[in-house]
Amino acid sequence: MTPLLDVQNLSKYYGQRIGCKDVSFDLYPGEVMGIVGESGSGKSTLLNCLAGHLEPDSGAVLFDTKTDGLKDTVTMSEPERRMLGRTDWAFVHQHARDGLRMGVSAGGNVGERLMAVGARHYGDIRAQAADWLGRVEIRADRIDDRPTAFSGGMQQRLQIARNLVTGPRLVFMDEPTGGLDVSVQARLLDMIRELVRDLGLSAIIVTHDLAVVRLLADRLIVMKDGHVVETGLTDQVLDDPQHSYSQLLVSSVLQV
Amino acid sequence: MSDYNFAYLDEQTKRMIRRAILKGLAIPGYQVPFASREMPMPYGWGTGGVQVTAACLTPDDTLKVIDQGADDTTNAVSIRRFFEKTAAVGVTQATTQASVIQTRHRIPEEPLNEDQILVYQVPIPEPLRFLEPRETETRKMHALEEYGLIHVKLFEDISQHGQIATAYAYPVKVEGRYVMDPSPIPRFDNPKMEMAAIQLFGAGREQRIYAIPPYTQVVSLDFDDYPFEASKAEGACALCAADHTYLDEVIVDDDGGRMFVCSDTDYCESRRQAGHVGAQGTPMGKDAA
Ligand SMILES: [Zn+2]
Repeated sequence: MTPLLDVQNLSKYYGQRIGCKDVSFDLYPGEVMGIVGESGSGKSTLLNCLAGHLEPDSGAVLFDTKTDGLKDTVTMSEPERRMLGRTDWAFVHQHARDGLRMGVSAGGNVGERLMAVGARHYGDIRAQAADWLGRVEIRADRIDDRPTAFSGGMQQRLQIARNLVTGPRLVFMDEPTGGLDVSVQARLLDMIRELVRDLGLSAIIVTHDLAVVRLLADRLIVMKDGHVVETGLTDQVLDDPQHSYSQLLVSSVLQV
Repeated sequence: MSDYNFAYLDEQTKRMIRRAILKGLAIPGYQVPFASREMPMPYGWGTGGVQVTAACLTPDDTLKVIDQGADDTTNAVSIRRFFEKTAAVGVTQATTQASVIQTRHRIPEEPLNEDQILVYQVPIPEPLRFLEPRETETRKMHALEEYGLIHVKLFEDISQHGQIATAYAYPVKVEGRYVMDPSPIPRFDNPKMEMAAIQLFGAGREQRIYAIPPYTQVVSLDFDDYPFEASKAEGACALCAADHTYLDEVIVDDDGGRMFVCSDTDYCESRRQAGHVGAQGTPMGKDAA
């Protein structure tokens, strides 16, 4: 079976400082990978290198493209990489305002990716936007409202709808529940889990919150100081961590 | 007069602007940066258009300047006087007599010919600006032909108004490549941009020049189920009875009496000279002029 994503020896430096170093892993279709670590562990740097937002200093990120099969997204042309960014890939930001157009209606926010890939029938675009708002439990009569009129949880659900409308094959998520109230987090997590399952999505989720990966991730990567210190099945890593840092991470969440 | 170089700008500056114009003509619809000069008039008064006109004028040219279709507004008059003074060129109000026409907000009704240049004053050259304020990002969008965002604006229009309500500065795609802001002309004028004359656009404050060569394809963007319409106010001109021109509503008396008349005053005048009379017009004999 061809992996959807094949990451090989990915490194990124900020001057002398290590962002992330020699990271390698595979992601298979339908799989959810969690990347955990404290702030400064390199997990966000890694995610941004994978999604093409940052240029790594060395290594390869092979993605199973529809037309050419496995292709290195680091060396492919920028137009090609940006095209992936609005078709096969999706990116859910921690802060909804980074991933939404706050001056555009909910319908326009969801419709943008459709229009970006050439949709030119207003009625069809609006119908698809309405359908996706329903799937993330935003009432149909809010379609013409701007995200500024939405609660934090609704904004995040809108961001997810906006990302999933074009049927991406790989979703990058950066602390998708960060900054939300606990009760809102729980509802959002349930929703993400159902969407991932129903759509058979592949995802890479970066978080410091082990409850998030416990619920969503099949496998885990634990990072510290830019290095991968442990990988494995989620339950395995959380219930029986091998590396001392993983043990610390797991025990600290247990104390909370 | 000897205080100024011909048409105010020094020759080196004019050469720089001409290079930008030629580049613009070579890449229709592409915004070419240029080093905009201070002009003896405030921004918003057409400093971009004035610099382009200055770079195009020769002593043999005849200049027409219009503002919202009219030759006699303060803005049009002051720009016309400026070039009379600094370039001593002939001026005219007749579209057919002019070799260079500087305009704000209208395209003349009379079709232009291959010997004419139409210079537009542009306030905001970037059609993607209002949805994507980052210049680095809009530049990339143009470079990579990522134009989904312009349809988001039209989408919002329909969602809010039930139709595409954008009446001015209606976005176009030039020669199948660059999306361009046609300056705040009414969308009624958009189809006229496929014309025989050279069209040059100058934005002074934003320091951009762009161009449409003669006979270039200019397509107004739309949706399949909401096609572009070059709409105007219903009815005919009250003075010359034209039903095919862009009309302005004017207040005619203190009691709020109103009528619709051609916004292109020269065109309206020519029609009345030719004997056309509208519902509120009076026959115009040779003696009446
Ligand atoms: Zn008239």
